[in-house]
Order: sequence, then structure tokens, then C-alpha cells
Amino acid sequence: MKQSSKYFKACIVIFLIFLYAPAFLLPIFSFNDSKVIAFPLSGFSTVWFQELLYEDTLHDALRNSLFIAVSSSILATVFGTLVARASSRYQFFGQRASVTFILVPLILPEIILGVCLLTVLIQLGLNLNLWTVVLGHTLLITPFSTLIMVSAFNNLDISLEEASLDLGMSAVQTFRLIILPMVSPGLISSLLIGFVISLDEFIIAFFLTGVEPTLPVYIWAQFRFPAKLPSTMALGTILLIVSLILVSLFEYFRRRIELYNHYSMELDQK
Amino acid sequence: MTNGGGIQEGNIVDLISIQKTFDRIKAVNDVSIGIKEGEFFSLLGPSGCGKTTLLRVIAGFEVPEMGDVLINDKLVNSVPPNKRPTNMVFQNYAIFPHLNVAENVGYGLRNSKLDKNLLQKRVRETLNLVGLDGFDNRSSTALSGGQRQRVALARALILEPRVLLLDEPLSALDKNLREQMQFELRQLQKSVGITFVLVTHDQTEALTMSDRVGVMFDGNVDQVATPEDIYNKPRTKRVASFIGSMNFFDAEVSVRQDNSIIALNNNLGKIRLKKESVFGMEGSKLSVGIRPEKFKLISNDNKEAGRAVSAIVYEKSFLGQTKLFNLRFKDSENVITVSTSDLKNAPNPHIGDAVKFIWDEEDLVGFYEE
Amino acid sequence: MSFSEQDKKGWRLLGLPFIFSLLLLAVPLATMFALSFWTQDYLVLKKTFTLANYKQAWFEPVFQTLFTRSLLISFTVTVFTIIFAFPVAYFISFYGGKRKALWLFLITIPFWTSYLLRMFLWKVILGYNGVLNSFLEWIGAITEPLTFLLYNSNAVVLALVHGWAPFAILPIFVSLEKIDRSLLEASNDLGDTAFKQFFRIILPLSMPGVVGAVLIIFIPTIGDYITPKLVGGPEGLMIANMIQVQFSKANNAPLAAALSVTSLLIVGSISILFVLLNKKHLRNY
Repeated sequence: MKQSSKYFKACIVIFLIFLYAPAFLLPIFSFNDSKVIAFPLSGFSTVWFQELLYEDTLHDALRNSLFIAVSSSILATVFGTLVARASSRYQFFGQRASVTFILVPLILPEIILGVCLLTVLIQLGLNLNLWTVVLGHTLLITPFSTLIMVSAFNNLDISLEEASLDLGMSAVQTFRLIILPMVSPGLISSLLIGFVISLDEFIIAFFLTGVEPTLPVYIWAQFRFPAKLPSTMALGTILLIVSLILVSLFEYFRRRIELYNHYSMELDQK
Repeated sequence: MTNGGGIQEGNIVDLISIQKTFDRIKAVNDVSIGIKEGEFFSLLGPSGCGKTTLLRVIAGFEVPEMGDVLINDKLVNSVPPNKRPTNMVFQNYAIFPHLNVAENVGYGLRNSKLDKNLLQKRVRETLNLVGLDGFDNRSSTALSGGQRQRVALARALILEPRVLLLDEPLSALDKNLREQMQFELRQLQKSVGITFVLVTHDQTEALTMSDRVGVMFDGNVDQVATPEDIYNKPRTKRVASFIGSMNFFDAEVSVRQDNSIIALNNNLGKIRLKKESVFGMEGSKLSVGIRPEKFKLISNDNKEAGRAVSAIVYEKSFLGQTKLFNLRFKDSENVITVSTSDLKNAPNPHIGDAVKFIWDEEDLVGFYEE
Repeated sequence: MSFSEQDKKGWRLLGLPFIFSLLLLAVPLATMFALSFWTQDYLVLKKTFTLANYKQAWFEPVFQTLFTRSLLISFTVTVFTIIFAFPVAYFISFYGGKRKALWLFLITIPFWTSYLLRMFLWKVILGYNGVLNSFLEWIGAITEPLTFLLYNSNAVVLALVHGWAPFAILPIFVSLEKIDRSLLEASNDLGDTAFKQFFRIILPLSMPGVVGAVLIIFIPTIGDYITPKLVGGPEGLMIANMIQVQFSKANNAPLAAALSVTSLLIVGSISILFVLLNKKHLRNY
């Protein structure tokens, strides 16, 4: 037992190094005082970060991405909440099939989503703009939001709502005092993860954006210019840190859901 | 049915011809019950008999398709749960996990516009009532089963409901705690004087705690009576076999007299029953029941041996205060159970021995078979 | 047929998101399917039914090569990812102790950071003047930069395994967690060695997770666009790159649609076959 435990621990450590090693290069080379991404390192510099301050196209792209990420994560969270509430509270005709259908974008190759959506937009003669990306991202994020919200609603035992009504509260009060606080960790998790996914998503944005690039589309364009590499690394470092903060927050709220889940599981066993 | 139904003086809850159907299955079928102000009333029955549905009808969570619900002589059919003078202790207690103990207990007083200090005082008093002193700031996710149940009780009692509804409140607790809580609940009911309506599938629980018990099967109430009457004078065969254990004998009615009925059974011979303890649609076939402890084993030299019946012991077991004997009749597959708590004086036959036993006619109940 | 109260209430909530998915998923998929039977002459679409696109997609060597390569890459990535992910999931589930959640969090973090950047970093790492070559030259392990690192299928496989591994660990972990530990004690008690126990109890019971992981990786990777474009070179391009080219530069949307439908058919049928083959493991779950 002891022996195999060590073997597995070695496995997971190697795995984590493999998983994280590329990401470590981002900060290393974004502070490196050289135009070439190569060893040996030549010296410490923050010049690549400063360069980012004067990139107007970057700032526009950032603004576009923020708009898209905020809008699509809110939309997806609304949809996910509706699906989760429907499937956790009611048993209805076509429930399984329709919920599964809503989850399909989870495994569909993104290129196919992108091509499909673009085909329809072209057929309809619609102009591509930020809103078309918002729609595409909402479609992509809704499955994630749905899964998170289903988990959040699962711990909302129906008896809690009934108890609140029984103790004299109105339906509105019950929503405000019981339902909302109970599922709010889920709502926040869903918003955070939706935001992160949208902010990082490239292909759908690549297909559906018009003349206004998103952040990943901007970064993609930078890849062609070797001279832009170090500042792209600097941008990557910032994105990495933002993602880390958001994901850590997400993790914090996800654990809140689990705490409630654990509690309601105890309820179920009785 | 005369189930104590119909509006009567002193009733706090009147259920009149209630019917509730789920997916074409009648969960509650034309039930009428009157619950008296201040009593401890239990709805007892096997799972799926409709007892919880009936409780939820009183609470207002289920709206019956037919019949009327009266609480305190007011028709409340269309009154939602939050406007009824009833409160409920849920089977899983439904303690709000995002609120602490005091917030849970004070939850229902949010709308009362009570001064904050006064509210705190009320919460403390109620926690004291259920034996949870000093639990105010505990997280509700860190409570034991028994503590959760007390919080649920406090949360409902603080609103001083006219009727407290309890849905299998003790089923989640282990045996020792359950027995303790049975006692405490009874004491609590006496001290607060509120009408308690308890739903349970546990006959001991219903019999020990209640003033009156309603026994339900398949959406019907078979009998509403005191625990003693439920046990000694069951109205239907279902009630008789659900409560305690009972020996049944098929018998053929031979003579009807003014006060009694004489029936014949292969093993017991001629049986005389009191007319008032025979129930059901009159017919010729009868199922005669008698509790194991109502049979009396006697020795051969007993002066009553003349009217005794004999059988052979094929199994015996010792249960502490009582002894159980399973007897088999000669030339018959029929088996009966006899129990005795008179360990000193009663005969103590061995397996394989022939024994004699007698019974009193007032301990027999009879049910006409369809 | 009549609708119950539950049906009505459920659909009142589900209606909006369902219609959204219908409009943005079902309608586009159907449109693409229709498009694949049409032809495009420069910018004009001819809506007469033809199988020409499929004839081209299925029988022209360029596309055949791309489909074969894409499948091969996806397949290799799936196999390597599972081999890689299983011991990690196993460790977390059986030896994670109280830190299971922390381990899982550490593993999922990279997944939530930019996929685009992660794939790009592989290009930076494996390039001729890249991090790895310069590092090896610096420490004196090599004198000439290694050229076989970048711009081939292997580079694509490596980057994709890196990108999708966290996705494989979660479903396998979940199914390992579901294994009743008393079953393991029972098998020990009945004389199984650790080795036998793994193949007779743990592996069969964790198959639902493995199957889930396979589907989650195999289906999307076949349509990956970024990775082959960044690290594949001409020898490592995959079908998604061709779909994009046909759709935009070549102005042949119908062919792109036919290629898309074909790749969906291929992954779809392989996945269904795979699930059917594992049916005996998936029963009772």
C-alpha cells in the first residue's frame, strides 16, 4: 500500500508539472528583457507590460470582450437557472430529451458550432457584430450554467420552501429569504465561469465577430508578428492572473454549494 | 362513516368528506375526521395510506378536490399555508441551512414587526422550552438529528399555532432518542396546550403519545378512537392486524341471539362472541380475532379444564417480561400464538408438549368476511 | 394527449432556454445539413439538391488524408489522455484523503485559463528558436536545434493531451468515488491480489467514467482548429482547418458544410459504437 501510494504520488506530481509548466513560461518571459522568447534569460524588465498601455486595438478588444463576457454569462445564467429549476422541481413530458439537447454544445466541436451559426447568419443576411458573438457564447456557456445551477437547486429541498410558506411567509418573501440565498453560490459560480469561458473563447468569436475583434481574436492576430510576442506574453500573464482569481472565487462558491449539498444529502437519507 | 366526523362543539379541525387524488390514485378517499381542541391526535397507518397527504391538506399544501377543511370553525379550503393558524414540523425538519439556529427559530416572526430585543427574548424562551439553551448562534448545519428536531419544533411553536402538525417527526432518530423524544413531545404538548396532530407509521408511538388515534388504510380512515379502544376494540380486521398482533380464526355463524353470536371453528369449536364486538356487513362467514395475551394457558387439573382447547407447543421464545408459545392443533396446519406475562404461575410447557388454553368471550372480536 | 400541471409548470420555465437552443443549435445544424447538398458558385448559392459535395469530401485524396489524420490524432490523444488521467484520478480518489477537493482544484485550474494561450505556448516551447531548444543548447545538451519538435502531428498530439487531460480526470474520478469501498475489502477477503483487484473490480466499475472521458475528449478534439494551426505545420493540419479554409477563403460553404456533417457522422458513429461496445459496463448505472 505504502509503495503504491508513493508511485501514484510521483505520477500526480509529474502530471501537475506537465500541466503547469507551459503556464509558468508566461510570467518568466513577460518580464524578460529580450525580444526573443528563448533561454538564457537576459534580464528583468517591465517594458512589455508598458507596451500594452499604448495598444489602442487591444483596449478596444478588451472592451468588446468584457461586454460579450458580461452579457453572455448573465444570459446563460438566466437560462441555466430556468432549466435547473424546471428539472429539479417538476417531472414533465420531454424533460430528459430537452435538457440533454440544451447540454449538447458541451461536446460539439466548436468549429462546427461556429460554422453552423455563421451559415444561418449569412442566410438571414444579418450583420456580424458583438451581439452575434454574445448569442454564440450564450449557447456555449448555457450547458455549464445549467450543470452548476442543477447542482445548486438540488440542495433546495422542496420542504424548505414549504416550511417558509408554513411559517407565514409569502411566495415573494420565500424567494427572497430562502430560494435566492440558497442558490446564490450557484448563481455567482455560474456567472464567474461563464465570464471566464467567454473571455477565453476564440473560435466562435473568430467566426461570428464582425469588424470588432475580441481579446482572443486580437491575440490570435498578434501571433503572426514575432516582434509582438513578448508583449503578448505579458498580456497572457495578466489574463492568467485574472483567470486564476476568478476561478478561485468560483471554487469558493462551488464549495458553498457542496456544503449545502452535503446537508441536503443528509436530509434525503432520513 | 362515524369517525368522529361532522362539526362538533370543541373541534379545532374538521375534515369533511376529504378526497385527494394523485395520478388517478385516490390518496385520500372521502375522509371525515374531527380533531378536538387541545388533544394529541395521531394519524397512524402503513406508508402510502394517505396520512401525510391528509396532514398536508390540513396545512394547506394540498388542496382536496372534494370536501371541506375547517379550522377553528372557519372554512379554509382556499386559504394558503402561510395564512393558516397551523404550523408544521417536517419529516426532514427542513431547517434552513443558510440561517443559524436563532434565525431559523425567529424566521416566522419576521412579519410580526416585533422589536429586535423582544424577538430575541422570544427566541430564547422558545429554545429554552425545547431544551436548546444557548444554541442561538449555532450553525444549523452542525446540529445532530435530535437537535434539528428541537429547532424545527421551536420554529413552529414560537408562532403559537392553533394546531401543530408533525410529519413523522421521530422516524429519523435512533431508538433510544426516539423513546425519549416521545415522552418529551407528550410533556411539551401538555405544557403548551396546543393541539398536536402527529403522522406516524409506528403503532407504539401513536398508542403511547396520543389522546386519540385515527388509523388509515388505502386512503380511508378505518377507526378513530382512544389508544385503548383501538387496541381492544378494533373496528376492522385491518386495524386489528396492524395494531399489535392478533390470532385470527375463520368461523361460520351458526346462531344469532339477542346479545351474542355463536360461530363454529374447526379448531376452537363453538365460539360465542358479543354482538357489539362483531363488525362489518352481516354475512355468514366470520373472522374471529383474539390477542395472544388473552389466551390463558392452564394446567390439566384446573377446574376450567372442561371448556379448554388443547394444542401442541412447537416453538417457544422468551422475551424478558413475556413468553411466547406457538401452538399447533392436531391434524391441522393452523397455528396460534399465545403469550403470557405471568411467568411464575402459568404453566411452562416444553416443545412437543400438549397444552390446554381458555379465553373469555369479551376478549374476542369478529369481522364479517365479504 | 393532455398535459398535466407538472408538464405546464415545467415547460413554462424550460420554454425560453429550450427555444433559444432550438433557434441557435437545431436550426443552424439543420441549415448546415441542407447547405451541404447545395452548391456555391463564387458568392451565389444554388439550391438544387446534389451529392457532389459529399462525393468530393469522401473521395478526394486531400480530404481523405485529412479525415484519416484527424481521426488518428484524436484517437491517439484520447488514448494517451486516458492512460495519463487514470492514475491521477485513481490517486486522488484512493489516496487523496481530505485533500481530494484541493487536488481536483489544482488539476482543473489550467483548464479555465486561456486555451489559445496554452496551445500557443507549445509553439513557443517546441519552436526552432524556442524555449526547449534554447534551453538544451544553453546547458550544452545539443549543438544544433532539434527540428522534429514542432510542426508535425506529434506536436499536435502533445499539445492536445495537455489541453484536454483535466477533462478526462473528472469523470474518471467521479466513477472511482462511486465504488463502494467494501467491495474492495470483499475482493481482498476473497483472495484477490491488488493487481487482480484492479482488473476485476476497479477497472470494470470505473468504466462509466472512462467512457464519459473518452467521449468528452474524442468528439471535440477531432474538430480542434487552434492546435493544428499553431503547432501542426502543413503535416499536422486537421479537418477543422480545412473546414475553415473552404468556408472563408475558398468561398465554398457547401463543401465546408459537407465536411462538417461528415466529421460529425464519423465521430458520432464511432462514439455510438464505442458506447455500445461498453454497454455491459454501463448497465446498472
